[in-house]
Amino acid sequence: MREVSIIGIGQTDVGEHWERSLRDLAVDAIIAAIKDAHAERVDALYVGNMLSGELTAQEHLGTLVADWGGLGGAEAFKVEAADASGAAAVRLGYLAVASGVHDFVIACGVEKTTDADAETTNAAWAYGTDAEYEGNQGVTMPSMAGLLMRRYLHEFGVPREDFAPFPVIAHANGANNPHAMYRSPISAEVYARAGMVADPICMFDAAPMCDGAAAVLLCPSEMARRFSAKPVRIRASAAATDRLAVHSRTDPLFLRASYLSAQRAYMHAGVGPSDLDLFEVHDAFSILAALALEACGFAERGKATVLAREGAFALHGRTPICTMGGLKARGHPIGASGVYQVVEVAQQLRGEAGANQIEAHLGMAQSLGGTGAAAITHILEG
Amino acid sequence: MNVARYWRTERTRYNLVGETCRVCGEPIFPPRDLCPHCTEAGQDIRTFGGKGEVYSFSHVNDAPAGYTEYQPYTVALIKLEEGPLLTAQLTDVDESDVRIGMPVEMVTRKLKEEGENGMIVYGYKFRPSVSAPSSRVVQPA
Repeated sequence: MREVSIIGIGQTDVGEHWERSLRDLAVDAIIAAIKDAHAERVDALYVGNMLSGELTAQEHLGTLVADWGGLGGAEAFKVEAADASGAAAVRLGYLAVASGVHDFVIACGVEKTTDADAETTNAAWAYGTDAEYEGNQGVTMPSMAGLLMRRYLHEFGVPREDFAPFPVIAHANGANNPHAMYRSPISAEVYARAGMVADPICMFDAAPMCDGAAAVLLCPSEMARRFSAKPVRIRASAAATDRLAVHSRTDPLFLRASYLSAQRAYMHAGVGPSDLDLFEVHDAFSILAALALEACGFAERGKATVLAREGAFALHGRTPICTMGGLKARGHPIGASGVYQVVEVAQQLRGEAGANQIEAHLGMAQSLGGTGAAAITHILEG
Repeated sequence: MNVARYWRTERTRYNLVGETCRVCGEPIFPPRDLCPHCTEAGQDIRTFGGKGEVYSFSHVNDAPAGYTEYQPYTVALIKLEEGPLLTAQLTDVDESDVRIGMPVEMVTRKLKEEGENGMIVYGYKFRPSVSAPSSRVVQPA
């Protein structure tokens, strides 16, 4: 296997892009990544996306984006792993370069949610659950997260207000990210007063569905310096699954996929959680961030909110999370979020994180699919 | 929507028909071809009693397409007396009265209608118990 590096990154602003279509957003991100690397050739394109067929009646997305992105002739197809689709595209790109099959590969994540009405998008997002035994009961993603959070509050005796640090951190960091959807800090008091989306999930526990695209250009590390002054090496790429339905898991508060993919990544990179300078965690809901931090070894079971309150995950804490706003404040363009996370870790490692820059040499990104049934983890080194 | 899609899972939705694994003995709901515990094939059909307790719950205020006419409603994880968890809506209960640990029992109710000429889909929901927990089964801790 060859070492793989990121030589180009690109991202669109995250938000409601009324004037830009699914293909426009993907092409914008791809062009930015190619330009960043001054690359002249792309062998393959993997597009992470969850809902193009359902929301915009567009499948065959790999071919469409290759065509409109000026990559005609390149190998191209769509990869789907619910909310982790973008991270799946990065992993596929990594495998293609590491294996020696391709030299220059783009992994792009894109989602266009605002072309459909809210009920349709709400229903489609929940297609990442078990359609016959969860979906048919009328569940939504916020209510599925609500089931996990209610049980967490019950088992660990944590008050709901203790989850405030997760969105407070995300919004504080998003305020300094020009690409973020929400750029206003919030306070714990505002969190405590917020209206319920799916009790106990409040407005500030839930990342917003929106539009966006991000892309990375990968090549063998031995060639990377020819294209980038600051190549970012992929030290580990690992994926794992859990039982799809929450009710089928032996312990719903243990995200087994998150644990397994992190352990595989740690093993591959020869590092542990304490070696990481930042962690882009999947905070589609505050409870998922807490459970992932526990599964990945950053907090003991039931203790993530305690550490969060002590400041461990703030920008200058022990392990900063959501350093560019996370899914909560940067926004959660579903199938694109996994690539945004990788791009943001790369920004930190390249020293391009602006006002949110931290001292960072090693960073991790983990994207979760649905209620955590899939997890894809990347460890990057600058 | 093709009728077979719903007909296929009818027994499970109407009668809580699941399985017991012949190899490891674990109760399985919903039924599947390979045991989720030991991955062996080969299970005996069993019908679950329909009694259990609320393991967790949440409220849906912004329902997905197809369910908006029923909102708001409460979804829950139910722990059946025999052990398995399942996901179901609660019914016949004020949402402010729902508690973790509350005894509940299965009822058959309409889950959704697929438009004027489409399928009406029925299935299990759970309501607060009006009868005592089953004495045949030891209540799990």
